[in-house]
Amino acid sequence: MYLGRVAGCVWATAKDPNLAGLRLLVIQPLTPAGKDTGKRVLCTDCTGAGAGETVYWTRGKEASFPFLPVEVPTDMTVVGIVDSVEIPQAAETVTETPGTATPAGAAGLETAPTAPAPKIQAKTPPRGRKC
Amino acid sequence: MLIARVIGDLISTEKHPSHHGCKALLVQPLNLDGSDRGDALIAFDAVDAGIGDRVLVVTEGYSAMTAVGRPNSPIDMAVIGFIDRIDLIPGEI
Repeated sequence: MYLGRVAGCVWATAKDPNLAGLRLLVIQPLTPAGKDTGKRVLCTDCTGAGAGETVYWTRGKEASFPFLPVEVPTDMTVVGIVDSVEIPQAAETVTETPGTATPAGAAGLETAPTAPAPKIQAKTPPRGRKC
Repeated sequence: MLIARVIGDLISTEKHPSHHGCKALLVQPLNLDGSDRGDALIAFDAVDAGIGDRVLVVTEGYSAMTAVGRPNSPIDMAVIGFIDRIDLIPGEI
């Protein structure tokens, strides 16, 4: 599943009959820190998510399962509204197992504090932050 | 399947009924050298993984649903194992 934010709605009158009555949402994919990432997508909705809410959505055939027994032709569906994303600071440090074939663990531990790429900074929101 | 590291968890109240009682984890996919690969994903936990663990993640519906034990539910990712060690032929990274 993927994190996203409801960025809008799509209205369609002429569509597959099995899509009748379903909401179509424009979803902006998010990083755990709440930053936009990637292109916006269209999802059906089974939760009643509103504009601006942080949600999580699923892809593939599974996206049509919430609407069973109706066979809805969808490949992305919002399946949950996110209350909060919790990322403890400790998760920053890579816990590599001793005996790993590469020096990746050592490299990760050395570079994390000194060269904070934007991505790494994005992973340090305050504990219990509301998206 | 992906190699990933568990970086956090996700709390949600309003969700599909089949998701109730499942632990949702935020996992960061990794390259073989341990660096981050793309954006973090949400996967349900099938093995009682914790934050900081290096894990195996399936990204396909049937295997994810089977692992979590919720057939016919909208689940497309699950943590299905812990990675103890990766051995590579030298020069393969």
